[in-house]
Amino acid sequence: MMRLILRNWTLSLGLALLALILLMALSAPILYPGDPYAMMGPPLQWPGTYPGAPLGTDSLGRDIAAGIFHGARVSLMVGFVSVACALVVGILVGAFAGYYGGWVDDALMRITELFQTIPQFMLAIVIIAIMGPSIQAVIISLGVVSWPTVARLVRSEFLVLRERAFVHSCIVIGMSDLRIIFAQILPNALSSITVMASVLVATAILMESALSFLGFGDPNVITWGTMIGLGRSQLRDAWYIIAIPGLALLVTALALNLVGEGINDAMNPRLRKRKI
Amino acid sequence: MTARRHRSTFRYIGKRLIHAAFTILGIAVINFLLLQLAPGDAAEALAGEAGTADAEYMESLRRQFGLDRSLIEQLGAFLLRIVTLDFGWSFRHGMSNWDLIMDRLPATLLLMGASILLALIGGIVMGVIAARNVGRLPDRLISVGALLLYATPPFWIGLMMIVLFSVKLGWVPTGGMYDVIGGKTGFAHVLDVMWHLALPVLTQAFFYLAIYTRLVRAGMLEVLNLEYIRVARAKGISENRIAYRHALRNAVLPLLTVVGANIGTFLGGAVLTESIFSWPGIGRLMFDAMMQRDLNLLLSILVLSSIFVVIANLLVDLLYAVINPTVELK
Repeated sequence: MMRLILRNWTLSLGLALLALILLMALSAPILYPGDPYAMMGPPLQWPGTYPGAPLGTDSLGRDIAAGIFHGARVSLMVGFVSVACALVVGILVGAFAGYYGGWVDDALMRITELFQTIPQFMLAIVIIAIMGPSIQAVIISLGVVSWPTVARLVRSEFLVLRERAFVHSCIVIGMSDLRIIFAQILPNALSSITVMASVLVATAILMESALSFLGFGDPNVITWGTMIGLGRSQLRDAWYIIAIPGLALLVTALALNLVGEGINDAMNPRLRKRKI
Repeated sequence: MTARRHRSTFRYIGKRLIHAAFTILGIAVINFLLLQLAPGDAAEALAGEAGTADAEYMESLRRQFGLDRSLIEQLGAFLLRIVTLDFGWSFRHGMSNWDLIMDRLPATLLLMGASILLALIGGIVMGVIAARNVGRLPDRLISVGALLLYATPPFWIGLMMIVLFSVKLGWVPTGGMYDVIGGKTGFAHVLDVMWHLALPVLTQAFFYLAIYTRLVRAGMLEVLNLEYIRVARAKGISENRIAYRHALRNAVLPLLTVVGANIGTFLGGAVLTESIFSWPGIGRLMFDAMMQRDLNLLLSILVLSSIFVVIANLLVDLLYAVINPTVELK
């Protein structure tokens, strides 16, 4: 296992970066106890000029490094929880559609297509408008826009796996449908689902940052998107306020994409040469 | 084209039309259900900021949405309003929501069309270069570039480009669609708009440029190994001609479907791009509606944008059937 990870540089780089972000998220309350929104020094200190804040301070004297560390918690949490919700719904819909086929498939897929037709980001905004800006609303809105992708992938996996001999033998020995779906077919689809999930988490994190950048996120928690949004007014003379959280987002999304691609390559060695 | 093919084409178009109609119905139902989720008095939620000011407006909203009647009757009223294109009145803007959205649509279409075109051309060029140099330096650079672009928040690239190109270098304006003071006409006006369009289009296009580059590269690699390309090589046709005339056609066709599927995401992204660059399109309108808590306008934008996506997808499907005669018309 370890050897496989090390030989695959996309996977090892992705996992290393992800571990770094995770470490930042976990250490935030220890390294930066207290409110990341609190003023800690003189305002608008460029990175490396003020000893107490290595990444500088923003227009209200808030420590940017503290924001980055605390923001990592929110980004990862929102990304993983919303995708977990999307996985539950998407796997259920996709599994039943793919396994049963016929009118069940038709009905479920029509609904899935419907949700894919509605512009995702706009739908997320309207859900937040209705529920009010809170972290729960952000998670639910991201889950609502993410599940159709899961459903479609799971369905296509089930359509193929359903015809395999092991499934037929399960049917012959009289195993119940639910057991075949969740104990027999689903484990065989897990690797593709994992690949897609890591890319979906990256997309969800970017979307969360976009929502909080526009000011539609939870006003009580600090996220990288909020930091970018707050720094917009200082665009002319203090662009580092925007640049730093943006880089954090880039690294996180890149890490997740690399992990997805790495797992994909490890599963299909034949395709390895085609991708980077 | 034979008569049989003609007949199946008509049947295909008919089926797609019915499908589109049902999709629009489904969209309306989803929007109606969203509205039901609003806490408290629906009229209050719909009116948002305007509601606190005007009791008469609230009363008209209640009547318009039939909020005093049963749920089924409300759904009926909702559907009827969509069919008759009655999307209500925007208190803040002083015009009907339909006029407001139609007023803003051209700016968004311009932004969207230009960025799709840029992403497509860029993606095809990059993808072909990468595929023809597979495993070598140009391929590595393009692939790493695409991976980075794919992971970068587009709105952040937009802001960083403002810092570099507008603030530091002073090449392009920071926002807006044209110079307010200039009052340019004719060709000068077109140039002026293009000037303002540059950064928003780049911002909007980068993410899709990355996707299309990867798709074209993968498609080209697949096609370049096929029999007919080997035959073309054996016949002594130049590599350039093979890449651009023979392989590209088949590699690019599936891209059309992807562009169709991306139209909704483009519209969603417009909310960000237009907010950053104060581009006067429906994305910016949506941002303003959110800030003013105007739920009625928000829902109207969502419904009309979704319908727009349905129509665009329908056109892409039909176009695909025309361009690629081997496609199965189901």
